Amino acid sequence: MSHIQRFPNAAKAASTNPLKMSQPLGAALAYLGVDRCLPLFHGSQGCTAFGLVLLVRHFREAIPLQTTAMDQVSTILGGYENLEQALRTIVERNNPAMIGVATTGVTETKGEDMGGQYTLFRQRNPEMADTALVFANTPDFSGGFEDGFGKAVTAIVERLVEPSPATVKTQINVLAGGHLSPGDVEELRDVIESFGLSPIFLPDLSLSMGGRQPADFTATSLGGVTVDQIRSMGASVATLVVGEHMRIAGAALELKTDVPSHFFSRLTGLEASDKLIRVLAEISGRPVHPKLRRQRESLVDGMLDGHFFFSRKRIAVALEPDLLYAVTSFLADMGAKVVAAVSPTQTPVLEKLTATTVMVGDHSDVETLARDADLIVSNSHGRQGAARIGVPLHRMGLPMFDRLGAGLKVSVGYRGTRELMFEIGNLFLSREMDHDHHPAASHEGHEDRTGQDCGGGSCGCSAV
Amino acid sequence: MLQDKIQDVFNEPGCATNQTKSAKDKKKGCTKSLKPGAAAGGCAYDGAMIVLQPIADAAHLVHGPIACLGNAWDNRGTKSSGSQLYRTGFTTDLSELDVINGGEKKLFRAIKEIVQQYDPPAVFVYQTCVPAMTGDDIGAVCKFASAKLGKPVIPVDAPGFVGSKNLGNKLAGETLLDHVIGTVEPDYTTPTDVCIIGEYNLAGELWLVKPLLDEIGIRLLSCISGDGRYNQVAQAHRARVTMMVCSQALVNVGRKMEERYGIPYFEGSFYGVSDMSDTLRTMTRMLVERGADSALIDRAEGVIAREESRVWRRLEPYKPRFEGKRVLLFTGGVKSWSMVSALEGAGLTILGTSTKKSTPQDKARITKMKGDEFHQWDDLKPREIYKMLAEDKADIMMSGGRSQFISLKAKVPWLDINQERHHAYAGYDGIVNLCEEIDKTLSNPIWRQVRLPAPWDPAPASSLLAAE
Repeated sequence: MSHIQRFPNAAKAASTNPLKMSQPLGAALAYLGVDRCLPLFHGSQGCTAFGLVLLVRHFREAIPLQTTAMDQVSTILGGYENLEQALRTIVERNNPAMIGVATTGVTETKGEDMGGQYTLFRQRNPEMADTALVFANTPDFSGGFEDGFGKAVTAIVERLVEPSPATVKTQINVLAGGHLSPGDVEELRDVIESFGLSPIFLPDLSLSMGGRQPADFTATSLGGVTVDQIRSMGASVATLVVGEHMRIAGAALELKTDVPSHFFSRLTGLEASDKLIRVLAEISGRPVHPKLRRQRESLVDGMLDGHFFFSRKRIAVALEPDLLYAVTSFLADMGAKVVAAVSPTQTPVLEKLTATTVMVGDHSDVETLARDADLIVSNSHGRQGAARIGVPLHRMGLPMFDRLGAGLKVSVGYRGTRELMFEIGNLFLSREMDHDHHPAASHEGHEDRTGQDCGGGSCGCSAV
Repeated sequence: MLQDKIQDVFNEPGCATNQTKSAKDKKKGCTKSLKPGAAAGGCAYDGAMIVLQPIADAAHLVHGPIACLGNAWDNRGTKSSGSQLYRTGFTTDLSELDVINGGEKKLFRAIKEIVQQYDPPAVFVYQTCVPAMTGDDIGAVCKFASAKLGKPVIPVDAPGFVGSKNLGNKLAGETLLDHVIGTVEPDYTTPTDVCIIGEYNLAGELWLVKPLLDEIGIRLLSCISGDGRYNQVAQAHRARVTMMVCSQALVNVGRKMEERYGIPYFEGSFYGVSDMSDTLRTMTRMLVERGADSALIDRAEGVIAREESRVWRRLEPYKPRFEGKRVLLFTGGVKSWSMVSALEGAGLTILGTSTKKSTPQDKARITKMKGDEFHQWDDLKPREIYKMLAEDKADIMMSGGRSQFISLKAKVPWLDINQERHHAYAGYDGIVNLCEEIDKTLSNPIWRQVRLPAPWDPAPASSLLAAE
């Protein structure tokens, strides 16, 4: 494996076309998976506005997200008054079940003492004891989206979950990482329920971000795991922890409740899905539902049909770390060669990646590393670079603002793996068919097409 | 200093709102104090970026932690006919160590990398809250980099927490006045050179207007900043007349250009048939007053007559289709009254409009036009809008993207008329585009279907049989 290049020196001072998104944004998304929740950024109003626009563009949903509207004076003198005023205003106006607070670069540079502010707020506002309050420290200048998501889930667990003397034999917890789409969570619910188990997802984006039609206008999240359900997680028979960035939350939950946890680094791929089914069968003591048996058969059959188009394909992947791990591992499972795996942040999961080059970088690094690749897998921001080097782009992750149903894509379990495999496989297939018709556009063209546009989709690329 | 600058823009004598204030209120400035927990809208940095980013061949480097650019780049609809460099997101992506040790050296290295790799005519460097707190002196770094690299490197000192988007617009304008406008001389000048300020070429709108100017014989010397080029913006001081499109935001630029270079300015709009014609008339009249050939006026009248008759003919088919259709219009500032007259011309009924960002003069103008019956909402809560729509008080809502779900969740047609829109509505052709978009969404067959009761909901007996 000596040819594998790990962490080439990326000592650039200018991050160009960033892949990274900030910690508070991840925290906001995690909070949005709690029913009747209003996430609140402790920072300047711009912090909220940018995050909000990004989530709106991705999910095509109304996104509840508020701000403590820090200005210069409150930033210097301390933000407690703004925080208290914001919390009180939100409770009065919107009466949410939970307010999830995430700090930002502004309040973290000042060094606001969030633990102290929590205690002070509770002391001064006893009439608001019914509203759950969760604070997470998520400075913009360290970590990234998945870190923020993990910190918010950890904060929810630490603040709300209680140990339970009794165990409900059919109740199971799932700590669902930020790399799982609302569609993925829905799929997991389906799989878990087929074993006669009732899952509590923390967070549950499938209920809030899966496309809702409210009966009335609401300024809080509509749907998601309820605060009462979160409190009752201690009574579950087991916890499934999905994704490396959920590990700390998983450990916190186990420590607090003694509910045994099972860790899954990924749920995409045949073997990864097999592991999930095995664990669920064991926990429930039930046989695997015929529906899942058919799905597995169908996936195996699809892999046989599809592997031709994946073998030795050169693919560059740039995604949030846990999704990056899931996708690169799945592509390797299919016989493709991951030439570059680019992560926005440095995390332990990168050590496990199989790729020619693994690096912490941005979309401009992808553009350099993917020049002779057959495919780029990244979010919608990858489209400019992909078009410039004439490599097709398969969109995954967040933000995905140029596709409908971005939040409902499924890539977990037998069915999700099959969907992902067909989508990517079809890109290669249509390209091969296309090249049969245009022999001139085939291999020679590959060498010198750097810097050119790919010409309006003839390569199966819809990057604009 | 930044504080002096902010006081200065708050004291803008060219601003109509400001004129009506007492001395004490003037000092307070025009930033409404935001209510924590109930605030919406962008920050000053966001506003500065809106004004400057359309300068397409310049590099735009954001000095701050990842949130300021990473969450926000590649999300504006401003178009360029040439260089696409403005769509590349550059940031110093400040880390914990940069916060502790200071980010000035990193900023300089970032500027150097960008200049070496992309060779842009200029680099704009945007200050953000965190380095403003830790005390990074971007002015000094830019000055140093400029001298060292032989290129304009321009500090945009509008960190988010100093105020609203509108203040950011103004501070960006000040940046252009201080560092850009007047630094480059055009190869040649003509008596019909104009500068347009506050037009961002969203969805390519400028391109619906520019051909008309070309035809009349007006040269668009400089646009601030839609489809802009750095050198053209820097030549703006040689324009004969300045037009302010979104006067609220950048009136300081127009007024100071008049003060410094003696260029008269006027406030105009490209939205709506009569406003568009008025704009062309005013522009040509002012150019002729400053010495341009008076034939310009005749050519303008020729174009106006042709375009007006053409646009009314093209709008005719929409009139019967729009009869009785009621519109809720939520948009800021000048666009309100401009749009109202345009839409009524096409046969729509406007129920009311938001006047949150309008000046008292704007409001008076609407009242004069529409009478007291017409609703002018200053601060309507989302819940109230939802209720109006759900109770079938309107047929379509037109607003910015932020409020789209109020309408869509109420299952009422909605049209984007703000900065993220995909269609160009300026000029004569633009108003036809707008009516086509309204007609498309109003006549879409989904509205009936999405309002049907679900199979498990009780349905009226008659409809059950009718479905057979």
